[in-house]
Amino acid sequence: MEIRKIDAAVVTETVKKLYLDMNYHIGDDILTALKKASETESSPIGRNVLSQLIENNKIASDEEIPICQDTGMAVLFVEYGDRVVIENGSFEEAVQQGVRSAYIDGYLRKSVVRDPVFDRINTKDNTPAIIYTTIVPGDKIHILAGCKGFGSENMSAIKMLTPSAGIEGVKKFILDTVAYAGPNPCPPIVVGVGLGGTFEKAAMLAKKATLRPIDSKNPDKRYSELEYELLSEINTMGFGPAGLGGSNTALGVNIEVFPTHIAGMPVAVNICCHAARHKEAEI
Amino acid sequence: MVKKITLPLTDEAIKDLKAGDSVLISGSMLTGRDAAHKRLFELIEKGESLPVEIEGEVIYYVGPAPAKPGHAVGPAGPTSSYRMDKYTPALLDRGLKGMIGKGARNREVIDSMIKNGCVYFAAIGGAAALISRSIKKAETLAYEDLGTEAIYRFYVEDFPAIVAIDSKGNSILVQSDKH
Repeated sequence: MEIRKIDAAVVTETVKKLYLDMNYHIGDDILTALKKASETESSPIGRNVLSQLIENNKIASDEEIPICQDTGMAVLFVEYGDRVVIENGSFEEAVQQGVRSAYIDGYLRKSVVRDPVFDRINTKDNTPAIIYTTIVPGDKIHILAGCKGFGSENMSAIKMLTPSAGIEGVKKFILDTVAYAGPNPCPPIVVGVGLGGTFEKAAMLAKKATLRPIDSKNPDKRYSELEYELLSEINTMGFGPAGLGGSNTALGVNIEVFPTHIAGMPVAVNICCHAARHKEAEI
Repeated sequence: MVKKITLPLTDEAIKDLKAGDSVLISGSMLTGRDAAHKRLFELIEKGESLPVEIEGEVIYYVGPAPAKPGHAVGPAGPTSSYRMDKYTPALLDRGLKGMIGKGARNREVIDSMIKNGCVYFAAIGGAAALISRSIKKAETLAYEDLGTEAIYRFYVEDFPAIVAIDSKGNSILVQSDKH
């Protein structure tokens, strides 16, 4: 079996580029959805908000400045090939250094505090990033990276439903969570849903769902239909762009699923603002 | 129809602002968010003087990104206002006249706004790069140790906002019935 050596500096540079790119340049999936929303929006204020968001994304991209001042906490899903060996450093530290460099050199806001409860002192370099690693066969490293703002993160929720709640229970919890969030999470939002697994697996699936392009569908038709149904339902709630009223409260609903226990039906809802920033790379 | 308004706001100007009005704000405003609010609130509770005079001021809930060379300020969109709700009535009683943020406010804040004749503007969440173009100058006033959460004075020209809740308590925010 052949081992592939990758220099830690290559990992650092790749991660740095991902974070600069996602913070300056909104993805085509989001931009297309915002443009479509501005064509269908029923409220004049809502149309005005959407056109300002489209303009904002253009300014950020042209000037290479962040789309939003909340450049988020860095979250990465890594598929790490089992034949890869990192040289001149460790994988973990190489990723953290990439995040650190992007936030310091790229004029991104440092939003992470060392201790969550007591002193809440800023780490000043936006680390630590949160890294979820899966070991896969192969000699490559695939990185799916996101930066998560907390205006929307704070509106997220998880519930350990049990099987008797059924599909109606799942729908109700998702819709209630979005309704509770209301105007706060910078609508039009992206709704990431994690169904199944265990308590923490459901939350991770929901996070991963927010990083999936919103023009993609769950491959299982039952879930892609549920994504569509939930999106339609959310857009009748009336919160609209910026919560100032209108017919575009969400740009997309992404559902990710995983097998679960005979006694359980966990559902996690991770809400993301319209600046749903995610990029991926393969080394 | 967009109203042009100048800071500081007079009581008459505040009365003229109605929920739903689009405004372009010029003049100077304070900034402050979670950590600065907590400190101001604790000083007020202890009856101590504040490091910044807030009477007659408008405060913008923002933690800007760092400024690139040649920029007065980095991207600077509003943060969620509800996190400041706990501290806000004390600040309004102390003479603060207006707030700029995003999203909902609780009943206590709205009641205090009516009592004190104050206004709450919504800036567009996530339009940070666009909004920063209207901020011409930024200086640090207090709590420099808080970094992005420090209290700054922003000098703005035609800062775009919408009157979300007016001094009578009328609101255009689509509030959730789940609270």
